[in-house]
Amino acid sequence: MTKTITDVVCPFCGTLCDDIEVIVSDDGKKLIEVDNACVIGTEKFLHSQSSDRITRPRMHQDDGSWKEISYDEAVEYTAQMLAKAKKPLMFGWSSTNCEAQSVGNEIAEMSRACCDNTAATCHGTSLIAIQDVGLPSCTLGEIKNRADRIIFWGCNPAHAHPRHMSRYSIFPRGFFTGKGQMSRKLIVVDPRVTDTAKMADIHLQVEQGQDYELLDALRVAFKGEWLPDVVAGIPSEKIREAADVLKSGRFGIIFFGMGVTQSLGKNHNIDEAIAVTKDLNEYTKFSIMPMRGHYNVTGSGEVFAWQFGFPYAVDLTRGFARYNPGDTSTIDLLTRGEIDAMLTIGSDPGAHFPISAVKPIANMPSVCIDPHLTPTSGVSKLHVPVAFNGVETGGNCYRMDNVPIDCRKVVEPPEGMLTDEEFLIKVRDRLKQLKGAA
Amino acid sequence: MSEYIIKNGHVFDPLQGIKGDKKDISIKDGKIVDKVSSSAKVIDAKDKTVMAGAVEIHAHIAGPKVNLGRIYRPEDKLFSCTPTHGMERMGGGASIPTTFKTGYEYAKMGYTTAMEAAMPPLFSRHVHEEIRDTPIIDEGAFPVFGNNWFVMEYLKNHEIENTAAYCAWLLRATKGYAIKIVNPGGTEAWGWGLNCLSIHDPVPYFDITPAEIIKGLIEANEYLGLPHSMHIHPNNLGNPGCYETTLDTLKLAEGFKAKNKFGREQVMHLTHTQFHSYKGTNWGDFESGAKEVTDYLNKNKNITIDTGNVTLDETTTMTADGPFEHHLCGLNHLKWANVDVELETAAGVVPYIYSPNISVCAIQWAIGLEIPLMMKDPMRCYITTDHPNAGPFTRYPRVIKWLMSTKARETQINAFKHKDKVLSQTSIGSLDREISLYELAQMTRAGPAKSLGLSAMCGGLKPGMDADVAVYNFNPDKPVANPDDIETAFSRCAAVFKSGVLVVQNGEIISTGNKRTLWVNAKVNDNPQVMRDISEKFVKFYSMTQNNYEALGHTFVPNPYAVEVDATHA
Amino acid sequence: METVTITMKNAPALYLEADNVSPDAFAGKTAAQIAELSVHEGNTTSTLGKYFEVIGNAGATAADTKIVVKGDVKKVKYLGFKMTAGELVIEGNTDLYVGAWMTGGKILAKGNIEAFAATAMKGGELIVEGNAGNYLGAAYRGDWRGMSGGKILVKGNAGSDIGMYMTGGEIVVNGNIDVHALTHAEGGKLVVKGNAKSKVGGQMVDGNIFILGTIDLMMPGFKYVDTVEQEVAGVKAKFAHFIGDMGERHKKKKGQVIYGNLYTRV
Repeated sequence: MTKTITDVVCPFCGTLCDDIEVIVSDDGKKLIEVDNACVIGTEKFLHSQSSDRITRPRMHQDDGSWKEISYDEAVEYTAQMLAKAKKPLMFGWSSTNCEAQSVGNEIAEMSRACCDNTAATCHGTSLIAIQDVGLPSCTLGEIKNRADRIIFWGCNPAHAHPRHMSRYSIFPRGFFTGKGQMSRKLIVVDPRVTDTAKMADIHLQVEQGQDYELLDALRVAFKGEWLPDVVAGIPSEKIREAADVLKSGRFGIIFFGMGVTQSLGKNHNIDEAIAVTKDLNEYTKFSIMPMRGHYNVTGSGEVFAWQFGFPYAVDLTRGFARYNPGDTSTIDLLTRGEIDAMLTIGSDPGAHFPISAVKPIANMPSVCIDPHLTPTSGVSKLHVPVAFNGVETGGNCYRMDNVPIDCRKVVEPPEGMLTDEEFLIKVRDRLKQLKGAA
Repeated sequence: MSEYIIKNGHVFDPLQGIKGDKKDISIKDGKIVDKVSSSAKVIDAKDKTVMAGAVEIHAHIAGPKVNLGRIYRPEDKLFSCTPTHGMERMGGGASIPTTFKTGYEYAKMGYTTAMEAAMPPLFSRHVHEEIRDTPIIDEGAFPVFGNNWFVMEYLKNHEIENTAAYCAWLLRATKGYAIKIVNPGGTEAWGWGLNCLSIHDPVPYFDITPAEIIKGLIEANEYLGLPHSMHIHPNNLGNPGCYETTLDTLKLAEGFKAKNKFGREQVMHLTHTQFHSYKGTNWGDFESGAKEVTDYLNKNKNITIDTGNVTLDETTTMTADGPFEHHLCGLNHLKWANVDVELETAAGVVPYIYSPNISVCAIQWAIGLEIPLMMKDPMRCYITTDHPNAGPFTRYPRVIKWLMSTKARETQINAFKHKDKVLSQTSIGSLDREISLYELAQMTRAGPAKSLGLSAMCGGLKPGMDADVAVYNFNPDKPVANPDDIETAFSRCAAVFKSGVLVVQNGEIISTGNKRTLWVNAKVNDNPQVMRDISEKFVKFYSMTQNNYEALGHTFVPNPYAVEVDATHA
Repeated sequence: METVTITMKNAPALYLEADNVSPDAFAGKTAAQIAELSVHEGNTTSTLGKYFEVIGNAGATAADTKIVVKGDVKKVKYLGFKMTAGELVIEGNTDLYVGAWMTGGKILAKGNIEAFAATAMKGGELIVEGNAGNYLGAAYRGDWRGMSGGKILVKGNAGSDIGMYMTGGEIVVNGNIDVHALTHAEGGKLVVKGNAKSKVGGQMVDGNIFILGTIDLMMPGFKYVDTVEQEVAGVKAKFAHFIGDMGERHKKKKGQVIYGNLYTRV
């Protein structure tokens, strides 16, 4: 027989859908079916059932082969590595729960490490902009209930956050938006004609690298000032038309992603987009929200912030927290040869970082905590597979709008596997011994 | 278990009417007791002041807007972080301390209980994670109700029983402590960029007035018999002339009597009164309305207040009064963060510099002190800074110095660039009252504990109560040579006990204790209609499922203390 | 003026944080005492003497102290950190935070320097004979109070984000600059003798920018006003004068609305 678990939270992207239903075997050991999730989420749950899962830690040998070791041996290697390193880096955290992140922070403080999360290559620039100019924002339910002007700027939710539009931003019939999609106007700003852009009422095909200029032009248009004929490949009449559409709404939202956070301008693009939002609040009601990628990168930022004061790129090497992306952020630390040990968890820098940042990982003591075989695990000295967070263990996570949702455990992990939190607790306790003995 | 005896201290305990007598305080198994055995550890309190642990009735120390403040102000931590040392984890944040630092700093000043002033219910898990990570002090959190869709719909039809049932449900779902109201109706209007600046401005669509929301929630609170009264941040905060809105709000409490089993006598708690006591029509003719507000409060005894003192620091304002924060950003052009929360509330954050060279800031400082100096009953007037809005809570010792010493006040007044304006627009220059230690104990311990309905547990040193005790290096028998000595003495305690555990010794943390999360569990009659309304709104309007909204497992509240209330009615 | 010469003899495996290499930290100390000053390599604390050879005693005060840094200091950060007076000469290329938070004194960097030099500078002088990195004379993260005084001269090129949140002081770059110049500035002056790329003066409220070379792409928020003759950094020329950023808020001085000024040579 089977049982159906409801209100399951999908642990993949920042949309953090919490209406998933999972059907498992009666003994809770097999996950059989997933309902309501998108294709990506469904796969996240189902692939945990693969028969070729790595279930025990493995140590990279000198000849390139892998040797299976015990969790205790893995704990020893990790604790020794962190105890000895002069400047270790603990990176990732975005695909694990807040409870594990918190233990990780204890370890980082004890070993005087640098700690960072995937915002370093993603919405870190948004955080820099927020630190400069603030953030007028709202929760996703406000969009569902009130919004009639939606902008997707430099993001493609049709592919990256598949249920975003149906759960929150375009289709739902909310309290004040009974006509659903018909009560909303959609503007998409993207150099590409994406599947999201195809749905837009207005698609501004911005010239690559000139989002900052286009946002400035919008602000100029709001004030009715002079504009050149064309800005960022868009004729000024179209810019003024877009400005009017935005001003004429009663509740608007700008959603944005990597198209602006990691293209030329970076934090300045977001800064200017936030300024556009602020300006629009002189005429109507407007908010702006980053489309966070990993399902708990937001949580990592929150936990770092309430415990150390900064949301990412945190340097604890002096015994107190310091922050300055460009100095304390991961890509810079790796490419400049600043660190001498690396622990990766809940992320895959090997797949996403520039190769000049990945190569150093291969040349230093390194641990990769991840249920999967990844490019990161491939270049690390020690690979520690753990239970899938949000599938085989629960734990608190934060959605892209900072709303906390407690993930559920729906199925047992393979026999004898530890969770991130359990492994990190063992590392912490061993490190405490090593530091105490010193 | 552990026995202690605090010997020969000058004890100030308003609960028992002890006004500085030399008395020993005995502690055993976490409680104050009549006596202990000879093997009790001795804490020498000779020439020192002994009080119960202080009770913080209103501060923003845990939750999404507090953390948004931390995230967006790296400069708040520049060059001012404290390293890991001894029992302490590293800390940082001048105006918005990290959670570890928050616990340590409160404890070192002798505070043992603190209330997070505003919890957006949708974010209760976040609030509780931060409360859990704040060491030593017991904490509770107040969910906000004054812009809540359920509350507005029920109160439009004056359905008190339904309102009460919903409030009880929400307190349980969020593990909240009291009914908090912030800018009633105005923050829902802010969902459309609008506001309610008077108690009669109707809320767009919901067509209910702030006055109706306020009265309805007073009634619901008394229907339930909760330990604390409704706790309100009125409309029109911070605008010249707002004292009139404040008086309109206070008048709504007339005729109501407190109904509860916790010793609470007030039906309304007015918070950060300084921000609500402004006269004048603009920033040019801005003056103090403290006299008008305190005259009313002195006559109407079913209201308690806290001060909201301005400390003249660079700080960060944060409040659920979303429209006010937008307005403030328009004044000082500093970075503005805002979060509207579906069906419930909003929050705004803006940095602010209270410069002694700006006359408006100096007048605000004066108003903050006029209020407690003009309030006749210290049991109804508590010291706060609405942390971090008017200043960081770490400045309490400085506020205490100003209240206890006219000389200290004069020194500050003389240092103002626009001293004349401060003297002409307020009456601070003519107030020569100096708060005594006994009154201080009333304003920071016995009073807030009573207002919160916790006087059986904390705020006093009666045998049977929790052993929350603070020992200060302040000799009541010695005249104060330099007022700054007051500030020094109240900054770092000689010793602090929390639930019978010695947590601070000589100003240092020596144990982090086992803090509790205080919350109120009000049992009401079954109410199928309200339960159906709740599940309907979750299906149709919330962005999260009801089961996930109610999820508040063990990891969030590891050491709960539920105050049980039987609110069933025959 | 007393001179202390420190020469790198023991290169760090990682990077060195040398916040104590400033006339203020050296003042009143002998060479032996200076060698005992702390220095950090990752999470380890050591002494200056473990990495550098220290020769010469400092002056009695910072103003009386000159420091010469020799050898390979490519991996040394924070030289001249928070200095208030005196002199610092860095012979070779060095790393981040040169002169960060300085309020006075003179720094001469003979080679290249990396990012975050002269963060939140309040006074004094920084001369770079080579190239400077990104965020030269910029504010610290989140702070709306950036460089407010002092003078910076870069003889080579500079990077991106120069003078962010500037409120006063002067920066001159003889070479080229990268994107984002004087973003959010509310005062101050930037002269670029070479070329700029784009995003010059974005979100500027006040301040003056002179570009003697070319700008690849102008911000749309800059409006042409007139053509003027001006002399800047020893060069007299005709400039097209633009005001902006027209998309940003504007301040008023004595009832008049004021704008940032951008001058491009014609």
